Amino acid sequence: MPFATTLAVNDQRLAAIAQQDARKDRAFAWLTGLAAWSVFFTLLATIGTMFWGGREAFSTFGFGFITSSTWDPVNLQFGAFVPIYGTLVTSVIALVIAVPISFGIAVFLTELAPSWMRRPVGTAIELLAGIPSIVYGMWGLFVLVPFLGEHVFPWVDANLGQLWLIGPVFRGPPLGVGMGTAGLVLAIMVIPFIASVLREVFLSVPSQLKESAYALGSTTTEVVWHIVLPYTRSASIGAIFLGLGRALGETMAVTFVLGNSFNFSPSLLDPGTSITATIANEFAEASISPLYESSLIALAFVLFMVVLAVLIPAKLMLRQLAKRAGT
Amino acid sequence: MKITLKQSVLAVCASLSMSLSFAAEITGAGATFVFPAMSRWSSDYNAATQVKVNYQSIGSGGGIAQVKAKTVDFGSTDAPLKPEELAAAGLVQFPSVIGGVVPVVNLKGINAGQVKLSGKVLGDIFLGKITQWNAPEIAALNAGLALPNVRITVVHRSDGSGTTFNFVNYLSKVNAEWKAKVGEGVAVRWPTGLGGKGNEGVAAYTKRINGALGYVELSYATLNKMSHISMQNAAGKFVQPTLDSFRAAAASADWKNSKDFYLVITDAPGAASWPITATNFMLMQKLPTSPERAKAALEFFKWVYANGSKSAEALGYVALPNELVAQINAYWIANLKY
Amino acid sequence: MSANSGQVAQSDSARQISKADFAERRYRKRKIINGVMLTLSAAAALFGLFWLGWILWTTLGKGAAAMSLSLFTEMTPPPGVESGGLANAIFGSMLICALGTAMGAPIGVAAGVYLAEYANHTKRGEAIRFINDILLSAPSIVLGLFVYGLLVKPFGGYSAIAGSVALALIIIPVVVRTTDEMLKLVPTQMREAALSLGIPLWKMNIQILARAAWPGILTGILLGVARISGETAPLLFTALGNQYWSTDLTAPMANLPKVINDFAMSPFEYWNSLAWAGAFLITLFVLALSLIARTLSAPKKADL
Repeated sequence: MPFATTLAVNDQRLAAIAQQDARKDRAFAWLTGLAAWSVFFTLLATIGTMFWGGREAFSTFGFGFITSSTWDPVNLQFGAFVPIYGTLVTSVIALVIAVPISFGIAVFLTELAPSWMRRPVGTAIELLAGIPSIVYGMWGLFVLVPFLGEHVFPWVDANLGQLWLIGPVFRGPPLGVGMGTAGLVLAIMVIPFIASVLREVFLSVPSQLKESAYALGSTTTEVVWHIVLPYTRSASIGAIFLGLGRALGETMAVTFVLGNSFNFSPSLLDPGTSITATIANEFAEASISPLYESSLIALAFVLFMVVLAVLIPAKLMLRQLAKRAGT
Repeated sequence: MKITLKQSVLAVCASLSMSLSFAAEITGAGATFVFPAMSRWSSDYNAATQVKVNYQSIGSGGGIAQVKAKTVDFGSTDAPLKPEELAAAGLVQFPSVIGGVVPVVNLKGINAGQVKLSGKVLGDIFLGKITQWNAPEIAALNAGLALPNVRITVVHRSDGSGTTFNFVNYLSKVNAEWKAKVGEGVAVRWPTGLGGKGNEGVAAYTKRINGALGYVELSYATLNKMSHISMQNAAGKFVQPTLDSFRAAAASADWKNSKDFYLVITDAPGAASWPITATNFMLMQKLPTSPERAKAALEFFKWVYANGSKSAEALGYVALPNELVAQINAYWIANLKY
Repeated sequence: MSANSGQVAQSDSARQISKADFAERRYRKRKIINGVMLTLSAAAALFGLFWLGWILWTTLGKGAAAMSLSLFTEMTPPPGVESGGLANAIFGSMLICALGTAMGAPIGVAAGVYLAEYANHTKRGEAIRFINDILLSAPSIVLGLFVYGLLVKPFGGYSAIAGSVALALIIIPVVVRTTDEMLKLVPTQMREAALSLGIPLWKMNIQILARAAWPGILTGILLGVARISGETAPLLFTALGNQYWSTDLTAPMANLPKVINDFAMSPFEYWNSLAWAGAFLITLFVLALSLIARTLSAPKKADL
């Protein structure tokens, strides 16, 4: 019965192949799963290492590490208030400038610009988002700093600096470097990032909604204000928070133009320092003292926590929009 | 863009095998103070012997840490380690070259060497007590010079450095309030001013801000055509930072009686001495991870003492006097087993 | 009666006129607001584009001025020397980035495959995607410090490999994200067709899905490479730098971002011009990669 044996042999071979495939399937699933979970563990390991490295600083200074503004490498007294303040202030300034401009660009690209312009300008914005941050830092130092120092800051100091109540924020020597300059450079860096995300978000609004509004006689502004913005509210806020996360973690762009001073000053014209600039400047020589090194790693941990506090709500808000859009 | 696994594994294997054979590359790290000289010596030595000496200027503190951790073959520092520290870390220390820390100023209408300052006044400026260039304390020292009513912007180092160490060591010697309030070290808590990263950063900021007063090593000042300050030394005379005034300060130093060459020569006596002269020190392990590389490093230093003085002086450093070199040779023979 | 109706008629038409008047005024007000807001948004766009254009212009101008063949043939010079190029830095950057990509891209693609095929719509998958997005936006300096503690301190030396690992950690989340998105875009019918033919999962993934989504995945990798080629902070703590040409992976290696960082801040004019040339090169490289990535992904999107 040769045919039957052929069938039986075939069956055996098929069974063998099926077993092999099952094994390969398992191996494949296992390998890819390993890769995916390694991402998870990398983040945990990073946070853990930062916390572990910073434990000496935390245990020595306690909560005072965050509130003290003394950064004294000679007497090994480290308080991170000034760098934390600098990081937060420069990022807030960056957002205050970048958000309206990014909205303007996104609205321009989705509603205003003629269709032949939209693709190239949109592409240009995305390309600009890819310029390395060190270029922004260099441009800031060589071009913006002299410009601001000679033409803008003297005016600001003389006029805005004399106002009641908000004067101290604008008073100071026209050095050109300082927190205001760093905030401006950060803003310019973050604009293409937020603008391109906002553009994607605005484009996701179903055209039926907008067309219905137009059909009822709305002006473009009304469509944007009453339809697009409310629809994309969580995603827009999420995009802004992503930009904030980027600004908080930026190192090279600010180190060049911040001035690296640990003296606390509320003025935007005065130099300051940020967490990333402090770590980048001082890490190499800090290894001479375990407490010094631990303090810098503790700073990194604090930064990571601040970034997480910004990113997690952002992600949740973006997730909400995705759910609503049905993806 | 994506390299196949095979290619990358081959590349890794090839380079590992290359590095396992004797690497004709010595690594050193440390002071930015001596970076111009190290750089020039390194490329000249490479041209002569094919040996690469890769020096990274990450600051004296970094150099000390790296050589202690044995991650480099030699470290360089402007702040000498005390003999106890050296013994504890198993290191030897010897001078390499002498230079000077120079206060530099950017003031419209003022040329190099015109402004005179004393140590105490310099300290007061860096303390933030004197804030304008036409302050009476400065005017008192500069009769006949019209100083503008411009704000003084202090520029210091944002990273730890032996340049800072020598500078604040000098300020501590001549200004009691500085000593009490700030003290000395490779990095200090600056009462006022901006921080630039490295000598380069201080020079960059000083050049950009009118009224800025910073401190850099002479070669950075010379190469950048910056205006230096004339300082009053311990003998009361006002001197300019020149190779001769550095040499005078170095000559007054008592090397013979120093243990492990621990000696800071700021505020040196002598009518012609520059008050902020600094010595750069090299650190090496007594028990290195690679004796061949350590030996090669010593060969490099021998070459530097013999052939490096001309290029060093072209950059604003002073070569070590011959007696000192002899003393160093004896020290090597006594302390190093390779 | 007629007087009354006349009055009513008059007030009716008066009301109508005033209504029309009111509507007209209202409409004009809305038009004005619209005009103002749109002008503001156009002005904002112009303002933003102006700054960006200025940066690009400065980089192109100063960088192009410093361009010459010697950039690619000569090493980084010591201070005060008026000749020299960026050859060792360019090579070092390429090597470190290539290694980082070689290490990170496969892991990223594998993780993306897992997310899209095995963990899609599961809580597990959502958690990993969440974590991945956080890693994507993490400050690169923190990742650099992490690798420093892992690979530099214990092994006693800065090395190019440590630099590559740091860059790999930065590129992985980018590749994971884009691979995930691209695979999700492949229509389910393809999977169903393959499975109904009895093709095992692993074969389906590698030979069918990956091939379908390959341009998109490559785009993700290219964007990741663009991102890591400009990163400075992580390399400061891992690969450090080198004055010379080096192919030794276990030793410090020159790289373009660090050289730009050192040279840009220095007061030496020649070094400044080299820094601008380096910045110009990186910008061109990133722009080219982004353009290639866009052209690769665009037709795919149109198809779908």
